[in-house]
Amino acid sequence: MAEDEDGVRLTPEQKKSRRQRSIAIAAILVGLVVLFYLVTLVRLGGNVAERAI
Amino acid sequence: MSDVTIDLSAGRRPQVSTAGAGDYFALLKPRVMSLVIFTALVGMVLAPGGVHPLIGFVGLLAIAVGAGASGALNMWYDADIDRVMARTSGRPIPAGRVAPAEALQFGLVLSVMSVGVLGVAVNWLAAALLAFTIFFYVAVYTMWLKRWTPQNIVIGGAAGAFPPVIGWAAVTGTISVESLALFAIIFFWTPPHFWALALLKADDYARAGVPMLPVVAGDGATRRHIVAYTALMLPVGALPFALGFASAGYLVISLAMGGWFLYRAVEVLRAPAGPEGRAASVKLFLYSIVYLFGLFAVLLADHVVALLTGAGA
Repeated sequence: MAEDEDGVRLTPEQKKSRRQRSIAIAAILVGLVVLFYLVTLVRLGGNVAERAI
Repeated sequence: MSDVTIDLSAGRRPQVSTAGAGDYFALLKPRVMSLVIFTALVGMVLAPGGVHPLIGFVGLLAIAVGAGASGALNMWYDADIDRVMARTSGRPIPAGRVAPAEALQFGLVLSVMSVGVLGVAVNWLAAALLAFTIFFYVAVYTMWLKRWTPQNIVIGGAAGAFPPVIGWAAVTGTISVESLALFAIIFFWTPPHFWALALLKADDYARAGVPMLPVVAGDGATRRHIVAYTALMLPVGALPFALGFASAGYLVISLAMGGWFLYRAVEVLRAPAGPEGRAASVKLFLYSIVYLFGLFAVLLADHVVALLTGAGA
């Protein structure tokens, strides 16, 4: 890591690890979105179909 | 407008992490997590009634992540002693790959998320038990007992014994005597398991100032404690049969496996100090892992066989 008047400049290693973390977080978030969607379907499922109209 | 200067001189530079996803995964103590997942799964399968497979999966995932979160918080708090112990010096924080604050935030976020997801998707009793387990492992065991008393792992073992109770509660919404029997199996297994390891790593623990039994009371007292606790553990392994949720086949296998555990413990007691004593401790430690996985696997198989043959609930 180095600093100059432009601010902090990341080393290639820091950039690589940040990119790796970002991809991991994105993958986990997408996975959670899908999981919560499916859980919602399962939890609501029958209750929605059988509701009183 | 005020003049604000940020001191970027050496030692106060903004920290930019070089941690990879693998380092965060290591914070979750994946090997401990595998035991948590398996015992929680057995608790779920053995519980009467049923749960939708997806809800069961989410429940297991939340329990696993909650256990991992408590592992991360444990590593955050214990970074100072992990640094001086050979066994733990390669962990992400002492090795300098993850900053302590990152591990703390990671552990706290995962704790809240795992408890919340378990509560919303499964039920709030299971979530409350998971929250208590995380609290017990981090605050009671890690922050208090571990550095204070040689009984640390005896009492602290309760944290590792909760997963099957949580799994059971995830399906039934209750705590029952059967799930408490599963708790007792792990609770009584924990002391001989960890004392076998402590015999091997006593120098490490002494250097770190952790009052494990071999450090405080010596090898002889630890070996006697191992045999005594193993003798207590043996009948506890038979509780599922006594309570009527496992077959006579399970009883025979559990007694045979427990008997071998006791034989290994007596070998540790009888072995002379030095390489033979260390070899006996290594064998006991490795067998203890096989024992617990094996016993829960037999319980699982026994239950599945009972379901398939219509011999049990």
